[in-house]
Amino acid sequence: MGSERTLLSGEGITEKVNELAAQIRKNCGNEVPAFVGVYTRGVTLAKRVKQALQDEWPEIALGTLDVSLYRDDLDALESAPKLESSDIPFGVDGTRVILFDEVMYTGRTTRAALDVLMDYGRPSRVELAVLVDRGNRELPLQPDYVGLKVDTEAGDYVAVRFAEDDDREGVFLNYG
Amino acid sequence: MAETDIKSRKDLLDVESLSIGEIEYLLKTAGPFKELFRRSVKKVPTLRGKTVLTLFYEPSTRTRTSFEVAANRLSADVTNFAVSTSAVVKGESILDTIETLQAMRTDYIVIRHAASGVPALIAKHTKASVLNAGDGYHAHPTQALLDAFTVREVFPQTEKKKILIVGDILHSRVARSTSTIMRKLGMDVSVLGPGSLVPKGRPDYMNAFWNWEDALAWKPDVVYLLRVQMERQEQQFFPSLAEYHRVYGLTSERFKQVEGEGIYLMHPGPVNRGVEIVDEAMTYERCLINQQVENGIATRMAALYWLKPGEDD
Repeated sequence: MGSERTLLSGEGITEKVNELAAQIRKNCGNEVPAFVGVYTRGVTLAKRVKQALQDEWPEIALGTLDVSLYRDDLDALESAPKLESSDIPFGVDGTRVILFDEVMYTGRTTRAALDVLMDYGRPSRVELAVLVDRGNRELPLQPDYVGLKVDTEAGDYVAVRFAEDDDREGVFLNYG
Repeated sequence: MAETDIKSRKDLLDVESLSIGEIEYLLKTAGPFKELFRRSVKKVPTLRGKTVLTLFYEPSTRTRTSFEVAANRLSADVTNFAVSTSAVVKGESILDTIETLQAMRTDYIVIRHAASGVPALIAKHTKASVLNAGDGYHAHPTQALLDAFTVREVFPQTEKKKILIVGDILHSRVARSTSTIMRKLGMDVSVLGPGSLVPKGRPDYMNAFWNWEDALAWKPDVVYLLRVQMERQEQQFFPSLAEYHRVYGLTSERFKQVEGEGIYLMHPGPVNRGVEIVDEAMTYERCLINQQVENGIATRMAALYWLKPGEDD
């Protein structure tokens, strides 16, 4: 393991969450979108952005997705990933959906998340919001809302840590 | 993405060899699979391009169909090797059949056989993952898992809950596997049946009752009725079906007591109405038989998801 650099502190995350909320608010105009978080930390990110929009849009619906069953690398794994419940508590047909993931990297998770979502129905539009875009895409997919863009090498590891899921809060870059 | 500590295995042959961690993993994994059934698209792409072969040397429409639905919902290609019409009746040995299947590059084999140990033998000779769908009097692990999942739905804490298994304990792989898993989940297990059908060499934890009155006085939370296996009654273990119903069946009168005490009812199916269970018990709101069928698909999906076929050379 190489050295670690802090990309965002706890306050930094809050600031970026508020920026994401503002961008989404501006872009969506009067059309209230539904949020869908990708397990684990995408769910936390979606909850926080929803919280930031609580006053203006208290009615935002929030769903969760586990992409494990749609991964393209299951054969390469030693053991089957633990499954979480995908829960989409709203009708997907005709709904504007914003997907949340904490980090965008190769794009493979996003591809899987899109496939899961389409199996629930036909959204009118799907957008993607991420806290960190670390580049190194392997598929032609780009986020619509980005908190922080950072250049990384393929061997690096970007760790987003939320107090809800982890024992600390912040975004850290570990050099490979 | 968080990986679990539970490593995949190649085969699922019995309940005894499953650790409590593996059982908990499978029960937890079955939950999200069951939720898929509420979606408009009930299928996920997890086993796309994989082949599942069902090989039933003993007929069982229910178990085979349940495995087939499970495999289909995981997007696997499912083929049934029709045993009665195959070369098997022409005298091909099991291992020759397996050679043939191996050449077809099957990834998963679901097998039922009248002889105990055949699935284990096959597992040793093939790279495919083998799922035991019932072998002789030995084991029926996916039945045990679906039963455990069903009990957990009504009792999230299984510790110290009581299950009474009623019927032909001696010849029942369901009794063997289901009692084992319930015990592993911390439940108290008792059996009730004719003396001729309750094994003398039963495990220490397993109480035996010889009549319903004593068994119900034990205050079970779940009564699990086994099917009277008409096809296996070449030997006479009890005088007649009417006699069985009167002495060991869930009669109208006993059902009233079960209902009054809110005891849950389970049965592996198919049910012989009027033999082990009276008609009106089938519509009792705490009768879990239909839930067991639905849960069978989810737990079999979890098992297929968990197992990993061996590597090709």
